[in-house]
Amino acid sequence: MFDAHKIRKDFPILNKLIDGKKNIYLDTAASAQKPMAVIKRISEVYESEYANVHRGSYWLSEKATEDYEYARKAVARFIYAKSADEIVFTRNATEGINLVAATFGAQNLKPGDEVLLSRAEHHANLVTWQQWAKKTGATIKYFDLDENGGFNKEKFFKALSPKTKIVSVTAMSNVLGTIFPIKEMSQAAHQVGAKILIDACQYAVHKQIDVQEFDCDFLVFSGHKVYGPTGIGVLYGKKEILDTMPPYQYGGDMIENVSYEETTFAPAPSRFEAGTPAIVQAIGLGSALEYLMQFDFKEIELYEQELTEYTTQKLLEVKGLKLLGTAKDKGGVFSFALEGIHPQDLAFILGQEGIAVRVGHFCAEPLVKSLGYNSLTRASLGIYSVKEDIDELIKALYKAKDLLG
Amino acid sequence: MTIDELTENFSFLDSWEDRYKYLIELGNALNRLSEEEKIDQWKVPGCQSQVWIIPHYNNGTLHFTGDSDAIIVRGIIAIVLEIFKDKTAQEILDIDVEKIFDKMGLKEHITPNRRSGMLSMVDKIKYYAAQALGTEDGYSRVSS
Repeated sequence: MFDAHKIRKDFPILNKLIDGKKNIYLDTAASAQKPMAVIKRISEVYESEYANVHRGSYWLSEKATEDYEYARKAVARFIYAKSADEIVFTRNATEGINLVAATFGAQNLKPGDEVLLSRAEHHANLVTWQQWAKKTGATIKYFDLDENGGFNKEKFFKALSPKTKIVSVTAMSNVLGTIFPIKEMSQAAHQVGAKILIDACQYAVHKQIDVQEFDCDFLVFSGHKVYGPTGIGVLYGKKEILDTMPPYQYGGDMIENVSYEETTFAPAPSRFEAGTPAIVQAIGLGSALEYLMQFDFKEIELYEQELTEYTTQKLLEVKGLKLLGTAKDKGGVFSFALEGIHPQDLAFILGQEGIAVRVGHFCAEPLVKSLGYNSLTRASLGIYSVKEDIDELIKALYKAKDLLG
Repeated sequence: MTIDELTENFSFLDSWEDRYKYLIELGNALNRLSEEEKIDQWKVPGCQSQVWIIPHYNNGTLHFTGDSDAIIVRGIIAIVLEIFKDKTAQEILDIDVEKIFDKMGLKEHITPNRRSGMLSMVDKIKYYAAQALGTEDGYSRVSS
């Protein structure tokens, strides 16, 4: 049975006093803490398995290459990709989206075409497509959500048209927590001849990804949010699509043959991994995913659902607290405003109490503004979150109200 | 109130709660800017709340007025304005604000994360001072 209290023991930082205080970490949506297995694996590689990959013919280079490619296979298993060739390592999810926009987007978008996003996209998705739409002459369109932040099928279908070439949506909003019906959206996108890209950064932390079930064309997530290292992200692309895409960057490790005049490029995924990659980070990500795969995701989901309900209930009990995003289908992300209290002031108090939450617009400025705020406070859950964390948060909220109210 | 008095007052406060209550008190006592004064020109970038700082030049010295939509930040502004009150441009450039905040037990406001935007405010104030000296190059970041 899934036991978050037991899991906490795997995360050294959660069992330490931070600046003399208990670590109440409620900012996993920004970045997750790392289990010992990942920390250990990273030093192990540096200590005894490290060299550059895809080059040397000596033992260390072969070992490092094997480790790096093993990590790619771990990613493929994690998201149920057909093959590891569909996994491109990037710096982060942002780079994954930029890669698709600069290659597939640049190649396929023309004036009159439309790129469809939800109103709740992260800047990584929004700004990238907004700028590539400008470059290519395509138009960017947004579909609205329900009042409570929930997915509205009618509004989505209405915004979709034969002009839509790319649908690029989050599977779970980093502000509202809303979970989107990806499989249904993929089907609809394909029916009008569009490709669909899924930003699974938040979803990957909370729910099982299955790219074959989703039938999405692209999917991105970042390593550091799924308990892995920073500096590594994943771009999944259907092999037959990746093969049609031009390189994103040029350099070593992505070529087949080079003369002074001409170059032929390696097939995917190497074609998209120019230069020495983030070797150890990729291996660290692999071990983070293996750490996650030892659990039954169904159990994680059940546990988080219960904790999400508990958190929602406790937050709503706080007088003057407005919770943004109360869709029926939502995960452990809670953005809120306290009446009469500036989020910055609240953050000072929570910080003093050792509670790690995020303040601001969470890289989704248009959405936060459209909800009527300049900034909000956000608490978010990970697999190590427990009711005690929420109780501490609530206690601190009352304290803040007392001091600031 | 002088900076020495402020520092002394803070030194009597043992808990963060009391220090924050005092900051809130200072914030409440700070004269607010009018809506006409809260324009982009005076806005300090890099703060999580909205912060405005306006320079005033007077016979070779400068003083500043300021405001924020967050009360604790307003308390910080009150201290910062006091630190730089009626000083010459050169004096302003020479002041080590981090030391003063450290003495007050407010060191969390001088972290690189710039949560209160305190360092951004000080950057802006030093920028005005350097401008007044006619040596914008003299503008240096506080945190070296």
